[in-house]
Amino acid sequence: MSRDFDAIIVGSGPGGSTAADVLTSAGWSVCIFERGKNFLVNLEKPSELLYEFSNDEIKYWSRHFLGPDPWLEPRTFRMTPDDGDRLSIGEVNNLPATVGGGGTHADGKVPRFREDDFRVLSDLGPMEGTSLADWPLGYDEMEPFYAEAERLIGVAGEAGANPFAAPRKDPYPMPPGAPMYCAVVTSAAAERLGYHPYPGPTACNSVPYDDRPACNNCGFCGYFGCPIHAKGDPVASLRRALMSGKAELRPESMVSRILMENGRATGVEWIDAAGERHVERAGHVVLAAGATETPRLLLLSGLEHPEIGRNLMYHFQTLTFGQLPMRLHAHKGRSVTHLHDDFILINDEAQRAAKEAGLPWLKGGLVEHGGAAHPMLESKFYPWGPEHKDMMRESPMRDHMVGFTMQGEDMPQATNRIDLDPSIRDIHGLPVARITYKPHRHEIAASAHYGPKLEGILHEAGAVWARTATSPNVGAVIRQGSFTSSPIPASRHVVGTARMGTDPATSVCDAWGRLHQVPNVVVCDSSPFPTGAGYGPTLTLAALAIRNARAITT
Amino acid sequence: MARFFDEQQYAIVQAACARLIPTDQDPGATEGGVVDFIDGFLGAFATDPPLIWAGGPFSGRFGGDPRFASFHRLNARDELAWRTRIEGSQGIPERERLGPVVGLQERYRTGIATLGDDFAEVPDEEQDRRLKANEEFLELIHEHACEGMYGAPEYGGNRDLVGWNYIGFAGDVQPRGYTDEEVSQP
Repeated sequence: MSRDFDAIIVGSGPGGSTAADVLTSAGWSVCIFERGKNFLVNLEKPSELLYEFSNDEIKYWSRHFLGPDPWLEPRTFRMTPDDGDRLSIGEVNNLPATVGGGGTHADGKVPRFREDDFRVLSDLGPMEGTSLADWPLGYDEMEPFYAEAERLIGVAGEAGANPFAAPRKDPYPMPPGAPMYCAVVTSAAAERLGYHPYPGPTACNSVPYDDRPACNNCGFCGYFGCPIHAKGDPVASLRRALMSGKAELRPESMVSRILMENGRATGVEWIDAAGERHVERAGHVVLAAGATETPRLLLLSGLEHPEIGRNLMYHFQTLTFGQLPMRLHAHKGRSVTHLHDDFILINDEAQRAAKEAGLPWLKGGLVEHGGAAHPMLESKFYPWGPEHKDMMRESPMRDHMVGFTMQGEDMPQATNRIDLDPSIRDIHGLPVARITYKPHRHEIAASAHYGPKLEGILHEAGAVWARTATSPNVGAVIRQGSFTSSPIPASRHVVGTARMGTDPATSVCDAWGRLHQVPNVVVCDSSPFPTGAGYGPTLTLAALAIRNARAITT
Repeated sequence: MARFFDEQQYAIVQAACARLIPTDQDPGATEGGVVDFIDGFLGAFATDPPLIWAGGPFSGRFGGDPRFASFHRLNARDELAWRTRIEGSQGIPERERLGPVVGLQERYRTGIATLGDDFAEVPDEEQDRRLKANEEFLELIHEHACEGMYGAPEYGGNRDLVGWNYIGFAGDVQPRGYTDEEVSQP
């Protein structure tokens, strides 16, 4: 059969870009399909980057600049099948649909997982109502791939600063960037209470690196594209792959189906910007559409396996905010500069809290120290009228507010899943992804245990008030200005949905990310994760992409 | 010259925004030209490219090549989505894939009508009473007033940067950025 490329890669985010870099380095020809637009790399001359990102709240917060447009490409949501076909249609935990994917809007915190994150089931034991499983590989095997991923995308950090980190053989490629003042204040308070904050490993240049400039602290970081490309993930890998001359990138090109014959993928069917359908052939198909769109594509392709789409996990966010007396100017800097891992550990106190909640054990997650930032978003929270001006001048929410986000580990549950909505179609006429998701009581109990501790740190820092909310919201609906709390998780850390394992009956992918049913399809995003850990998934998925993509070339 | 509103609608929206973000010792929505931001959004397609996404990477206010005012071209799908959102589905089949859409233009026309032709002339208390009586429209116009006051001026509001200046916000600072000392010190 004729083939146009050695591999087709679906998705140009951190997973797909990393896979493209690895495959082209091995001499493979690849075609990268991206459903969104290209604002990142000059396709005529890939040594040059594009400069369309900007410090603009309207473009990013109000007008879906990075896509997907929730009317063109909606998703649907329900908590359980008892809700009927769906509770809502539109934006459901969208990650950017643009060249660079989720890497464009992330503030670039890229921690490694810890050793025990790969073996939660055997270390801690099962939990009722969950589908916990060990990873089919461990940290020792991942370590060199973690190190390689850190070099490829450029990570700034301080080895040894986090006493709970898994061992690393090499220093970080760059030293940490400037700490934000709000984090200087909160990390000092956390230290006084015996916690261990550290400068977060960040895929954002602290010095010029890889022919891209150092970050200049503009502050439009998380949720914004970087105007100067100081964020390395994934522009670094993508540019390198394109400069090899072996990669072709097709933006505004939606893959609608994997084509298969006799248990092998032969290529993909895709839809261009004008709505025309085409076929492209390749020896391998690499899936990197993200943990929502990858299982959707497997289902659209007619693959049948009871585990496809199941065990969807996010992070259960505990959001603790407080007001400090001094101005914090959190609009300057990298959105989040400090982290602490103390709440990931299982200790006697956590065990007591677990016992009280009727759980065998209880884990929190990574805590990010950060502040609120920009005035347009702030202004929508305040009442209108004369009070509005006073609030904006005093700025309790933007310039005095500091906060923690605990990215709580989410338990895998078979009932939390992606499937195809029975009747809602996107602009291409394809069934959209339906999210069915409800947190396990473990996450709620962990949040209830750690929320007061986070408030304690804020009080130690001098907060005049401190409050805690969660996402997904699990209590009464909270309304504040134009904000309404939601049962849809805000965390864009989406994992699970095509879990890897050694048993084809209970897993979708093998230990190398290859579909058990179609072994020349390799998943290089966060879908294969059997468990979610309490850390952002990006570095781990990039490291897995290096490992799994390289494996098919050797 | 307004893009979408007629003279009376313009005056009513301007008066409503002045109640939401009033002028006190500092400029308010009126000085910020918030009504022009809303008019620019509702009439986004009166120019080509439409006023949906400003350009990048720099405005020129802190150096660099000023390109914010060069708005992005929309592809055919983006245009369909934004026209549907702004103009409504109007019975056009391709705009009704997910059901009929009441456009922002119609929501404003209706909302303005419920405020009353004399809205701009009645006392402040009466203006507030009428705004509160129409909660859905109030929410919509409040959202847009905030965007117009504190968003980038290239979208038509935040005239002379009054929204940023009175709160001491520098706005878009690329390519200057902030020094490490400005980030880390009080």
